[in-house]
Amino acid sequence: MSEEYPVVWFQGAGCTGCSVSLLNSASLKFKDILLDEIVPGKKLNLRFHPTVMAGQGEMIINVLRDTKEEKKGEYILIVEGAVPTLNNGIFGAVGEKTILERVLELGKNAFITVAVGNCAAYGGIPAAKPNPTGCKSVKRVFEENGIDTLVVNLPGCPPHPDWMVGTLSVALRGLPLDLDEIGRPRLFYGKTIHENCERRAYFDKGKFAQKFGEEGCLYELGCKGPYTSADCPLREWNNGVNWVIGAGSPCLGCVEPEFPDNTSPFYRKLSWEEMKNEKNCN
Amino acid sequence: MKKIVIDPITRIEGHMAVETFLEGGKVKEAKSSGTLFRGFEIILKNRDPRDAARITQRICGVCPAIHAYTSALCLDDAFAIKDKIPHNARVIRNLILGSNFLQSHILHFYHLSIPDYVDLGKVVGKVAPFTPAYEGDFRLSDEVNAHLATHYLQALDIRRICQEMLAVFGGKMPHNVGIIAGGATLIPSVDRINDFKGKLKEIRDFVDNAVLPDVLTVAKAYRDYFEIGKGCGSFLSYGGFVLDEGRFLKSGIVNSDRQFEELDPENIAEQVKHSWYADSESGKNPSLEETIPSPEKEGSYSFIKSPRYKEKVYEVGPLARLMVNYFTRQEEITRVAEPLLKELGLQIEEVPSVMGRHLSRAVECKVLVEAMSTWVEELVPGEPVYTEVEIPEEGEGYGLAEAPRGSCGHWIKITDKKIARYQVITPTAWNASPRDDKGVPGPIEQALIGTEIKDEGNPFEVVRIVRAFDPCLACAVHLIDTKGKDLGKYRIA
Repeated sequence: MSEEYPVVWFQGAGCTGCSVSLLNSASLKFKDILLDEIVPGKKLNLRFHPTVMAGQGEMIINVLRDTKEEKKGEYILIVEGAVPTLNNGIFGAVGEKTILERVLELGKNAFITVAVGNCAAYGGIPAAKPNPTGCKSVKRVFEENGIDTLVVNLPGCPPHPDWMVGTLSVALRGLPLDLDEIGRPRLFYGKTIHENCERRAYFDKGKFAQKFGEEGCLYELGCKGPYTSADCPLREWNNGVNWVIGAGSPCLGCVEPEFPDNTSPFYRKLSWEEMKNEKNCN
Repeated sequence: MKKIVIDPITRIEGHMAVETFLEGGKVKEAKSSGTLFRGFEIILKNRDPRDAARITQRICGVCPAIHAYTSALCLDDAFAIKDKIPHNARVIRNLILGSNFLQSHILHFYHLSIPDYVDLGKVVGKVAPFTPAYEGDFRLSDEVNAHLATHYLQALDIRRICQEMLAVFGGKMPHNVGIIAGGATLIPSVDRINDFKGKLKEIRDFVDNAVLPDVLTVAKAYRDYFEIGKGCGSFLSYGGFVLDEGRFLKSGIVNSDRQFEELDPENIAEQVKHSWYADSESGKNPSLEETIPSPEKEGSYSFIKSPRYKEKVYEVGPLARLMVNYFTRQEEITRVAEPLLKELGLQIEEVPSVMGRHLSRAVECKVLVEAMSTWVEELVPGEPVYTEVEIPEEGEGYGLAEAPRGSCGHWIKITDKKIARYQVITPTAWNASPRDDKGVPGPIEQALIGTEIKDEGNPFEVVRIVRAFDPCLACAVHLIDTKGKDLGKYRIA
């Protein structure tokens, strides 16, 4: 018998894009993640996932309640989406409770919390100016409410499926997560896009594309690759088919706390100082 | 009156609750509500207009491509370059959008819907996330049940390949970077074209050998669902996939008396009498309206507005497109739809229903794999994909297109080269809208009303009706009052 690790995937103020990215997993396939061991002797037990679970309504709210009580300190909480906090979190609710209440009560009893996507990790899109619903990151609402469960941030809009499956595999193997100062595993977020970019040679030669479709480095078209740390250029996306700069688009900086307010305008060249001058970490 | 509340509805995009009131075992009244508000229209203000094509995609991660597509049409219009988009770019945009259609439709049938018709627990065992679930009304033989469960797993791979196909020109998925104002970002190479074609062939095989036969299997076993969830009976489409001349899927409306009319966007207006918005904005065309929340307003129960056409309620989506294109005799749609209708012994008038909506998606899958096989050959390797854009000091524009879930519209006003106003009307706003100014319920609500609920402990009818619309709640922005409003309570589910 495999050892089973209960998983609750909870969706807050998000777009389901992180869930869809997980479904796109091509190293381990989603069906392997659902049904098979992901490391020797250990498998995940995805008890709650709003997009894929068969049940609905009260029966699944009971799943949340039971997991929280019966598997206290044993389950992995994955949060997708930010946490609306304005007016006590009235802008988002699931099964009669606000998203804020649910994230806090699930977080308190979890063994570990993984904040997937820029929204859960740093506030992201819903927290963009003027942040109409007071969205905050998971880590921030934990801190404000005295919850000390470890939070691993896997930002990205969405995060690459390998970053999600890989991080869970590292944790299940009992290996060190090696997080950077903003909670990201260095295994995936350790180097800048710029360091490994396929167009790096153009930058070094000073050859810059001036319009879309041209050869050259995309820095002048607004690329945030020099300020953005992730392994997209090496890993590429969607089973290695392509990636943002491979498709001729500037990097939007979606794994950074400054996304989207300070990594935009997306199609304008920004200096490091412009991007970092006003910390916008929610 | 007995009340059944299902909160949350799962296997949809976003956060949704549905409340029904029963009398004599039938639904007498129904309310659909979303339970999350993010405020995209407010967030978009004062930004670089070009960023709208990136930010609006984050409305929905299941079908973001349509927001990039519609936003790009809207920006092309506002920048006065919509006639200057290179041929290659137009084709790439359609290939990206078409890939997202296939992904979304296959995901919807196999992963969001099939658990209501196929007993997956019987095949994979009573394990999460396939349990807990409603029990009872599963009608397939063990052999057919197991066959469709196998396709559930196979479809996970196929929908992933749809995403990979999209990424060939889109860069990544979800949230592509390939569609921009002025065209696209990637000049096609022979190599990329082959990559796209290889993936499309694999998907086409699955559509032919699984999607079409499987939808027929379910339709025959649950034939009574051609009588359930008929809805409002009026259909609207903006027209889908921009061609050099006109649109591939036709625009227009089909009224409840089965009369076809041309569409005029000036007739679209949003009503807010039962929505938490200021009444001063009710009945305005989206090019003029402001979003002014008024969460304490009496008599309101949703933050979805009620989009209406000539003040009447319309369903949008694959069924609406089938009706509009069937009545205009669009060749590709009728060629695929007619044999299927014949096999099921149905007239087109009998299609609007729960099962008709599933059938319509299968028709579109087949039509699109064939069309995309032709479109990809129209790409000219090495030719440009982009027309330089200049952001005007002042400007207005709009874009109308078809999403997997139905008609999607974006409206922009630019002042000082920045977004002064941005309005989005999503498909689910049409379908999941609350009662309008005249008190007429929205399409999902109308589809629920009158339905007999056979087992109140396992109200399959409610979830099958709601899910057949493929609602995307993150799209249809609104807010729930968790204190005191009807929708704040759940009881059975």
